Amino acid sequence: MSAAPSVQGKLRAGINPGEIKVTGVSKDYGDARFRTQVVRECTFTIERSKLTVMIGPSGCGKSTLIRMLAGFERPDGGTITLNDAPVTGPARDRLVLFQESALFPWMTTWDNILYGPRARGEMGRETLEMAEFLLNKVGLAQFRKKYPSQLSGGMQRRAELARAMINNPEVMILDEPFRGLDAMTKELMWEYYSRLFEETRRTNFFVTTDIDEALFLADRLLIMSNIPCHVRAVLDIDIPRPRTLIAMVENDRANEIKMNALSILHEEAMKSFSRGSKAAADFVQAYAKRVGKS
Amino acid sequence: MSAAIASGAEPRSRQRHSIFRNHLVRAAISLVAFILLWEMGSRLKLPWVGAVPPPTVVMKALLPLLTDQGYWYSWYQSSRRVLTGFLAAMLIGIPFGLAMATSRIFRDVTFPVFEILRPVPPLAWVPAAIIFWPTQELSIGFVIFLGAIFTIMLNVIGGARSIDLRFFQAARSMGSSNWDIFRRIVLPGVLPSIIVGCEVGIGITWNVVVAAEMISGGGGAIQSSAGGGLGFFIWNSYIGGSYPLIVVGMISIGIAGYISSSIIRRLGLLVTPWMRVR
Repeated sequence: MSAAPSVQGKLRAGINPGEIKVTGVSKDYGDARFRTQVVRECTFTIERSKLTVMIGPSGCGKSTLIRMLAGFERPDGGTITLNDAPVTGPARDRLVLFQESALFPWMTTWDNILYGPRARGEMGRETLEMAEFLLNKVGLAQFRKKYPSQLSGGMQRRAELARAMINNPEVMILDEPFRGLDAMTKELMWEYYSRLFEETRRTNFFVTTDIDEALFLADRLLIMSNIPCHVRAVLDIDIPRPRTLIAMVENDRANEIKMNALSILHEEAMKSFSRGSKAAADFVQAYAKRVGKS
Repeated sequence: MSAAIASGAEPRSRQRHSIFRNHLVRAAISLVAFILLWEMGSRLKLPWVGAVPPPTVVMKALLPLLTDQGYWYSWYQSSRRVLTGFLAAMLIGIPFGLAMATSRIFRDVTFPVFEILRPVPPLAWVPAAIIFWPTQELSIGFVIFLGAIFTIMLNVIGGARSIDLRFFQAARSMGSSNWDIFRRIVLPGVLPSIIVGCEVGIGITWNVVVAAEMISGGGGAIQSSAGGGLGFFIWNSYIGGSYPLIVVGMISIGIAGYISSSIIRRLGLLVTPWMRVR
């Protein structure tokens, strides 16, 4: 443990936050006859050393965007750059935390964390120290020899954070990482994750459908439209850090932003709800009237 | 907190112990009930069961065999044949399946042939096997091999395809080479399916052992006519019209299959420790 401060220092010193620019990106799926545009003319910046949160209705194409940011898929149009260099494929500078756990089930926590360094042949003493440090940091020191199926949902997410952080990515991309956790664990994870961000100030891109999660975490909030996906609004969340759950509930500014964001999201959710159904469309119209009157 | 965990753990382990006991008791009940019903059905000449000799008669036929070296030699013969055929199926089926799962080109080239050969029952291969191979043992081994290989291959292919796409994406992002991904993602990812394939496959080899040993015509038998392998033993008893001995042979194969499947299961859990802890 005496080595911890120096490792902490190394962790901080090693961080090299990147900036991703997405310019006019589009993506279609399907064959020539049944073509759906999933992402249309999407333009935004994931600013350096900031926590950018993207929120939008489910099924709006956020995950498609993430796959393009990570380099698993190529956009049909537009460009994606990291520090002004075009993104051409998956690489350790942009690591993704997927929805639900993508820990390798056949590896223990320790081996999962060391996956990246081992793959690149970087298993020196410093790496092992860093792994030890991160293992303690995510509170899993006693679980180093456990397999993912032996960990709780929250522990799995923390192990995955450590597995990503040891590779020191320039941008961390998180795709609804806390979905499926129970409410208590989720809120603890918000606080834990935002502390982690505040300590390192690594560039983070966080995708969610949960407005409370978005407001709690975000420096900048991108509100997405329904499919085809594009940016409807960008809000700066100027609420001081560190944030606490209670402060967020009591904070007038937070509530104001929430109302603002909700009204935009509501509109988009309505669109997806009523798409393709006359009955649902009628309901939405009636609902809109009632809301308008009150 | 730790106290709560400790006190929670104790009754749980006690409970598991008693479940284990019940489990054995239930197995015994099941076997005893099965034998009783069989005995009654056979004695009362109920339809279907009435044609089968009752367990008491079968036991009478079995007892002298227990000291007959030939009978035990049959066990050894059949086990050896099943094991060689099965090992050959593993040695060829697993790499072949992996190649089909990982290489698109290889798959496209081999899949049609694989799919045509797969539905051909091992029994239908018997004449061809006799012509193909110079020795009887090779012919028998070949039929057993065919019984297992397709199941093993299908499971390998299916297992490799069901590996979560995100594992590959995550590995690729963290800088894994193709070889690294194969070694640390594909192999462990497909291992549980290989084990399932082997478990089912070794069962099938016992299924086809009768067909395979019909080829032998009792060749290689020592000591007594009971020594040509368990499959041949059944065939020979049928020719000789000894129904209790047929049942003895059937039960012997059933027990042999049960033992080999559970050995595979044990070995499987040994090499996939992460499946043990679920």
